[in-house]
Amino acid sequence: MTANTANEASTASTATGGLPGSERGGTSVVLQDLTRHFGATRALDGLSIDMAPGELVALLGPSGCGKTTALRIVAGFETADAGEVLIDGKDISHVPAARRDMGMVFQSYSLFPNMSALDNVAFGLRMRKVGTGSRRKKAAELLDMVGLAPQSGQFPHQLSGGQQQRVALARALAIEPRVLLLDEPLSALDAKVRLQLREQIRTLQQRLGTTTLFVTHDQEEALSMADRVGVMSNGRLEQIAAPDELYADPATAFVAEFVGIMNRLPASLEGGDRVTVLGSTVPVRAASQVAELSGKPVDVLVRPEGLRLEVAENGNGIVTTRTFLGSVTRVGVLLDGDVALQADKPSSEAASLPPGASVSVTLPPEPVHVAARKVSE
Amino acid sequence: MAALGGIAPRGVRSTAWRWIVLIVTGVYFLLPLWAALRFAGIKAFGSVVSEDGFTSSLALSLRLAVITTVITIALMLPTAVYVHLRLPRLRRLMEGITILPIVIPPVVLIVGVLAIAPSFLKSSSLLLALLYVVLAMPFAYRALDAGLRALDLKTITEASQSLGASWGSTLWRVILPNLRTALLSATVLTVAMVLGEFTMASLDLYQTFPVWIYVNSQTSGQVSVAASMLALIVTWLVLLAITVLGTRQSRKTGGGTVTLFTVARQETRGD
Repeated sequence: MTANTANEASTASTATGGLPGSERGGTSVVLQDLTRHFGATRALDGLSIDMAPGELVALLGPSGCGKTTALRIVAGFETADAGEVLIDGKDISHVPAARRDMGMVFQSYSLFPNMSALDNVAFGLRMRKVGTGSRRKKAAELLDMVGLAPQSGQFPHQLSGGQQQRVALARALAIEPRVLLLDEPLSALDAKVRLQLREQIRTLQQRLGTTTLFVTHDQEEALSMADRVGVMSNGRLEQIAAPDELYADPATAFVAEFVGIMNRLPASLEGGDRVTVLGSTVPVRAASQVAELSGKPVDVLVRPEGLRLEVAENGNGIVTTRTFLGSVTRVGVLLDGDVALQADKPSSEAASLPPGASVSVTLPPEPVHVAARKVSE
Repeated sequence: MAALGGIAPRGVRSTAWRWIVLIVTGVYFLLPLWAALRFAGIKAFGSVVSEDGFTSSLALSLRLAVITTVITIALMLPTAVYVHLRLPRLRRLMEGITILPIVIPPVVLIVGVLAIAPSFLKSSSLLLALLYVVLAMPFAYRALDAGLRALDLKTITEASQSLGASWGSTLWRVILPNLRTALLSATVLTVAMVLGEFTMASLDLYQTFPVWIYVNSQTSGQVSVAASMLALIVTWLVLLAITVLGTRQSRKTGGGTVTLFTVARQETRGD
């Protein structure tokens, strides 16, 4: 073996070692107090996230909340005005994107049109000077892993949207990235393909143990794929928690309303920590956040499953709709005062609630979220 | 059915129209060529090559075409890429600036440049090439600009960088191959412009091929017409070669057929 070949082989084994299919340690990622302005707009306002090795964190939020800016700062395509990005404890803020070892899948189709699927996947390895044989073998393995081995010779224009994103995923994974960055990779795909690819990404990510930051505005995607979901609003992280915790115990009114379905019921604050709604007084959750609402009209936020619904002759509402969802049925109710809400009932009990039935809606004595009243337009 | 009997179906009428347009256009273009061929006679074609100045003027024109194309692409490509990636707001301004050479008459340019050019440049045909770079700018920039608009330049550049490619590698391996059609269009337009330019060359006292044809027409009309026709045939052969080569690669990657008019197609696809 010549020195050159030996060198090539050693580089190849570094770049390809153990993949695909092996467990790896993963990398820790810390976003520390990131701030970024675009003109007068504050895109990020002191964002801090701590990602454990091998974890998949989804950043969820409405358009313009700063989630993509955060991802692009981690990737090295944007620079933060202040704050640091630490990879395994080392600040990489000044490392150019090309040297960060991060695989990225973009929202728009990003395959190189002049290269076949195989050459696209092998591109990162080529840039790492991996020998032709090794990189083609590795690229073929990765294409096989995403189920596209038969399409390896096809060019991007010959592939469907879902196939292109799978090639892009294989391409990002081929370099064995320290961190995988996913920028809404499923948003351009139709529902069925989106679901399949969602499961495929999660399976591969867990199998390879690659620390992954995933940006999306689709809460179903975030909740179903991520170990933890960070909800962002106006450049700030409202809450980061496991999906079930985020749903069951939202830290702020914004999170409560953004994640899942939420009813708004007019209420009045009693002191700083209690609120009267539907004729009963219940404690306020996160009371410190509602101090500023004192004396103002407020709404209570309650999930459909958090309401009690009983048939009552002179109740406070009328059933308007009934939607069968499997084990539960979602019942639409119009309350006195023209307030519409949705309440869930076990499907076995919902038969007694036909549209037009008079019902009584009450609230269990558990803490509720309170937000400033939304003025309907 | 009987009522419709006398009316030709729509498809037949449209096919007939196509033939009429093709024949009229063909006559419009081919009649002067046929007349020129009749005027020059076959013998003139044989004597053109041995005429004084034919080889040297053609060589000068071809050399100028190569130098101009290389400098133009070397200047315009990075500029167009940089404007698209980093200064997208200046795209309209750049379009305005690059169109200026069309607005300013060549005679104004050459007179102004000859007045201020350093003497070492005045004595070199490189000055003419540099002037041609300015003249080629509108065509080359617009062709490249259209090609870049048809690409999602920002995404593929970032994808390339995230995979570890340097700026040079990104330009060479990702951007350039995807601009093949645009580069071919820019090259063809630049070469065609240089091979046909007369005003600047004659004022700068260089006997390029068009100048030689003009000078020769004073003494031998038949030979100069034969030379013009030869130039036309050579140009068409070059264009045909570029079209075939460009289309072969372009079809493979889904880009379609490459022609001089690809520029227009790219512009509509880009936005």
